[in-house]
Amino acid sequence: MENERKLTIARAMAESIAQEMRIDPTVFVMGEDIADLGGVFGNTRGLADEFGKERIRDTPISETGFIGAAVGAAQDGMRPVVELMFVDFFGVCFDAIYNLMAKNTYFSGGNFKVPMVLMTSTGGGYSDAGQHSQCLYGSFAHLPGMKVVSPSNAYDAKGLMTAAIRDNNPVIYMFHKGLQGMGWLGTEAGANVHVPEEAYEVEIGKAAIVREGSDVTIVSIAMGVHHALKAAKALEADGISAEVVDLRSLVPLDRETVRASVRKTGRLIVVDEDYHSYGVSGEIIATVCEADDLTLKAPPRRIAYPDVPIPFARVMEQYCLPNAEKVVAAAREICRSAVTA
Amino acid sequence: MQPSKETLGWMYQTMVTSRRFEEIIEKIYLEGKSPVFNMANGPIPGEMHLSNGQEPVAVGVCAHLNPDDVITATHRPHHQAIAKGVDLNKMAAEIFGKASGLSGGRGGHMHIFDADVNFACSGIIAQGMGPAAGAALSRKLQGKPGVAVAFIGEGAANQGAFHETMNLAAVWKLPMICVIEDNAWGISVAKETATAVKRNDVRAAAYGIPGHYIEGNDPWKIYEVAGEAIARARAGEGPTLIEVETYRLAGHFMGDAEGYRPEGEKDGLFAKDPIPAMRKRLEGEGAFTAPELDALEAEAAEAVETAIRFARESADAKPEDALTAVFA
Repeated sequence: MENERKLTIARAMAESIAQEMRIDPTVFVMGEDIADLGGVFGNTRGLADEFGKERIRDTPISETGFIGAAVGAAQDGMRPVVELMFVDFFGVCFDAIYNLMAKNTYFSGGNFKVPMVLMTSTGGGYSDAGQHSQCLYGSFAHLPGMKVVSPSNAYDAKGLMTAAIRDNNPVIYMFHKGLQGMGWLGTEAGANVHVPEEAYEVEIGKAAIVREGSDVTIVSIAMGVHHALKAAKALEADGISAEVVDLRSLVPLDRETVRASVRKTGRLIVVDEDYHSYGVSGEIIATVCEADDLTLKAPPRRIAYPDVPIPFARVMEQYCLPNAEKVVAAAREICRSAVTA
Repeated sequence: MQPSKETLGWMYQTMVTSRRFEEIIEKIYLEGKSPVFNMANGPIPGEMHLSNGQEPVAVGVCAHLNPDDVITATHRPHHQAIAKGVDLNKMAAEIFGKASGLSGGRGGHMHIFDADVNFACSGIIAQGMGPAAGAALSRKLQGKPGVAVAFIGEGAANQGAFHETMNLAAVWKLPMICVIEDNAWGISVAKETATAVKRNDVRAAAYGIPGHYIEGNDPWKIYEVAGEAIARARAGEGPTLIEVETYRLAGHFMGDAEGYRPEGEKDGLFAKDPIPAMRKRLEGEGAFTAPELDALEAEAAEAVETAIRFARESADAKPEDALTAVFA
């Protein structure tokens, strides 16, 4: 492609933040190690050089304090972008997130707005064990009052960040470490795609059909989308045509795009790196089952993280994680009738 | 720094407004809750945390604030809200769960929010601290005037949010003041049982900022110390920690039998009720005549009656409106 401009998700996020900071003086960033270091996951790299350390603000290790402060700054007319380094750290600061950030709009009858972005890293696969590897999509999406997005590629990463900063509501922006383009974390090449230089928004609450197919719908988000795409390619050899839906947003959830796809294929697999029970996979299956006009040709399946804390040992973690092979196996099982017909 | 006659009049009248407001709320709260006390019944359901006795703190601090300044308050917010100038009619309606309330009945008495005067609450102990620091940061980053005051109770000074935020405010030199209302009790747990230091002002040393303890629930002293702290914050010199000895004349919430109080404590506190004490001093020093103070009290009572009438006569919140205003 001529003029192709492939970026990593990390660079796409930083580019979006920089562009918004240039046009809107109320946008600022704070978090741990985001200034000189450029973020542990690279998503604020270069910003301190351009904007200085007042607007790109390293914080003490005080998540309750600085996320609470972001709520106060947002209510006072600013648009903070605040980083919770690992989503697993939500345990030390969740009150600021779900009792303040997510509820103050409602408790004020809409008279206070909380336009802030909480960006946070998710995901495992690199033996960091159970306090630094979780996704926790369902934990955040379950609680009302905050939007939740997670990109699978750099194009969406930039557009979702721009939309999140401009939104008048709190947005949890979850970026998967394995997609950041950080060499030391291993990286998914499929996440590095062409990113236009100019600013644009990807609508929050709109899923994308990233591969069309007719026999089975594979629904996922972030890293799971890449497992699904690889599985879909492998399934071609079996004569199984898989459609892949990238949710991109969990709140609001684009239930209609999921239902429309399953109406077409009649089969559903959900790939979710978050825990199996009470999470995104169950919500997607319920979304399909609740539709009046939708009959499944086979029971829905979910490839999710088992309900255990994430182990350190490589073989143990890899055993638990979703992957393309698990998706292929599930698709073969539920598509048997389609292949033999 | 001594308050002018006008300020003293405002302070006294605002204390009386808050007291009269809560006296009426207290009466109405008990409607429908006898013979068996059930918090869910009556025109004002839910928890009710009264602030009577703590009014001097609210007026001594708020006398120095304007609508542009920011306050974060707690589960016990009435006196601070009234002193900050929160719309009394809408606040009363909110406490009744009416559609005309500050947030249409979504928040109730523990979640008083009035954007017009930058007043917000959190019902979770010490969690207003972060937002106050953030508002202060916002003013500093934007070069806009204004300070933020976080009111908390003495029990909140043992919460992580308190320490994290004081450090943050100090390291960033934010225009923020933390005012601790020391009413000696965290529900039923006495301060000396829960807090390793006798007075929380000494904790200011841990953040390298000034700390003050004010004894005696004294409106004049509170006015003076708060005034210096707020002037300091406005001048860009950073945060201050103030703890004020004050008295919780009621239980933690209505329905609290207060069996944990030593015998005679309540009588002693009522003997030190700050409102008659302030009136006595104002008259005694000749700052105000009795008829002047009577007039201020009458005005306060009238404002409260108007607010309660407004709340009573307002339409109930619509059930289905529960599903709105989740997002802006």
